[in-house]
Amino acid sequence: MSQQTVSINVPVLARVEGEGALDLTIHNGEIETLHLRIFEPPRFFEKFVEGRDYSEVPDLVARICGICPVAYQMSAVHAFEEIFELKLTPWIRDLRRLLYCGEWLESHNLHIHLLAAPDFLGYNSAPEMAKDYPEIVRRGMYLQEIGNSIVKVLGGRSVHPVGVKVGGFHRAPSLQQVAELLGKLEAALPIAEKLVTWTTTLKLPIHPQNFTSVALHHPDEYPMNEGRLISSAGLDIPIQEYDDYFQEFHVPHSTALHSHLQGKPYLLGPLARLNLNFAQLPETVKARVNANGGGVTFPSNNMYDSMVARAVEVHYALHEAIRILKNYHLPDHPSVPVKVKAGIGFGCSEAPRGMLWHRWEVNATGQVTASRIVPPTSQNQSRIEEDLRIALQQLGLDNPPETLRVRAETVIRNYDPCISCATHFLKLNVTQV
Amino acid sequence: MIKAIQKPSVAVHKFSSCDGCQLAFLNLGEGLLDVMELIDVQHFVEAGAINEHAQVDIAFVEGSISTPDEQERIQNVRRNSRYLITIGACATAGGVQALRNLNNVHEWAASIYAKPEYLSHLPTVTPISQHVRVDLELWGCPVTSHQVLAAIRALLFGVAPVQDHDKVCLECKRQQTICTLITKGSLCMGAVTRTGCGALCPSFGRDCYACYGPAEASNTAALAHRLEGLGLPRDAVARRFLFINNAAPAFAEVGKQLLGGK
Repeated sequence: MSQQTVSINVPVLARVEGEGALDLTIHNGEIETLHLRIFEPPRFFEKFVEGRDYSEVPDLVARICGICPVAYQMSAVHAFEEIFELKLTPWIRDLRRLLYCGEWLESHNLHIHLLAAPDFLGYNSAPEMAKDYPEIVRRGMYLQEIGNSIVKVLGGRSVHPVGVKVGGFHRAPSLQQVAELLGKLEAALPIAEKLVTWTTTLKLPIHPQNFTSVALHHPDEYPMNEGRLISSAGLDIPIQEYDDYFQEFHVPHSTALHSHLQGKPYLLGPLARLNLNFAQLPETVKARVNANGGGVTFPSNNMYDSMVARAVEVHYALHEAIRILKNYHLPDHPSVPVKVKAGIGFGCSEAPRGMLWHRWEVNATGQVTASRIVPPTSQNQSRIEEDLRIALQQLGLDNPPETLRVRAETVIRNYDPCISCATHFLKLNVTQV
Repeated sequence: MIKAIQKPSVAVHKFSSCDGCQLAFLNLGEGLLDVMELIDVQHFVEAGAINEHAQVDIAFVEGSISTPDEQERIQNVRRNSRYLITIGACATAGGVQALRNLNNVHEWAASIYAKPEYLSHLPTVTPISQHVRVDLELWGCPVTSHQVLAAIRALLFGVAPVQDHDKVCLECKRQQTICTLITKGSLCMGAVTRTGCGALCPSFGRDCYACYGPAEASNTAALAHRLEGLGLPRDAVARRFLFINNAAPAFAEVGKQLLGGK
């Protein structure tokens, strides 16, 4: 057999948030190196929050990610509220869910239509795809805009919204704002239903794999801001015990911080959430998944069903937002008073891309003395590399490099990696074989 | 006189940032498709277009310069662009991550990362204008779609884009928003902050934290003095100046003075 080395280098990954690359070397029909490279420069958020007052944190951590600022705000404020032992009102709790619905709608529709769909329909970009499928791209933009409008009502703008504070919200939306928003959302509901059906009939590749799903789980609802951390392998822990089970570490071939659950890669995000929480969905959302006999069921071990999972969560987020808006009333106070005390608190919420874990420590005057932020994309990194190895072997390593490249990019994008989020992703310098 | 461009070629480049300013395009809703008809997008990684070295009429630059690689890359962007526009606080003033300039970044790296020697970063984070000539700076964290579209529109018409130089205070007065500094004694930066956000924070009953950066001819020292006069702690006032736009000279100067005068 002749010696053959194939090197595939994707210098810049398109249609992902932030900047990443892939280096892959195949030697004698075996994968020799496979590096998901991240060259997003470290920005040291965990350090410059030190010495800041707790009240400055929601506006600071929002800047970690322009795509999911709400997630960073949510995980942080819940940690401080735990430290200060605040009892949130049901009104605050509901509106925090509403805000999260907005972010899921924005982020998921951006991913489904602009970032991922071109892979499955055979285009390089959404504007290119829009020439043949204008209605699909327009539908995505329309649903994304619905998400923006929710975040705008609660936070003034869709990127780095200003409405949230430790203890609740700065302002309650007016009844008129709520009525207008509700009208928009109700009009969008049938469109979201069609989106679910469309994804179930997309003829996504079917490549089953064994992986462990991890997500929050709440007994009464689909998880967003609260719950226990559970996995498909039987984990069931309070978020405070995260460090006892999950480890961040450097792997030999990479300098990026990877994360394992009890020594193994794991999956976060819409598919993991749905795999573990399908039963928590309202009946009408569940029914839609199989309305047209698309044949997709959850839990699913086909990673490509992430597309469907995202669409199901779009449907759910709209459904949940409508429920909350229909019950809306003006509160006596949009926040509860804060009494500062020293302590350590934890926050864990379901960012669009998966569980986002925070640990915050403050002194008696409310100044931050330490923080740790573990974003979903850094946690998914090991799983992405594992998936790539399996997926490329399933495809056949003797395929032309271009075919391998296209498949590899599709696999990576399927996770909707949000690399800007990577508070501690490192820059790599890889030597090509 | 600027010559009108028929269908300008456009590139969107990302440096150290959160990606939020690029969303000024991607958050346009269905309008994005209309904008795509007016411009020829050559390079916009997140939207799927990759042609990093294309010669373009307009380059939008997001993010600040924090690594040796970025230092080189921005020179190429400048060479390949007729008109270079920075979008957002990072590109225009260094952004929130410039906070590391006030500390020893190597110590920070060692305290977060097990192997800091793998990190590659410059000792300071700097705005684009410290590296290349910038034709237009759009302030804001994040910039709005309106700012970006207005700039494109102006260039399509062959006129220089008009920038709003008012302060947030004036916007508040026009909206008849209740002043948070006067009524609550809160740490509001509206008097020295450039407008563009629509005076969002005061309309939420909270103080402006200056995410749009310093307004022209702002008397930042006088505001700092006034805030201290209201009984606000000096370090809290300093931190407010040293926040999203901490490296903008008008804010950096006052913030550092307050810290030093402790």
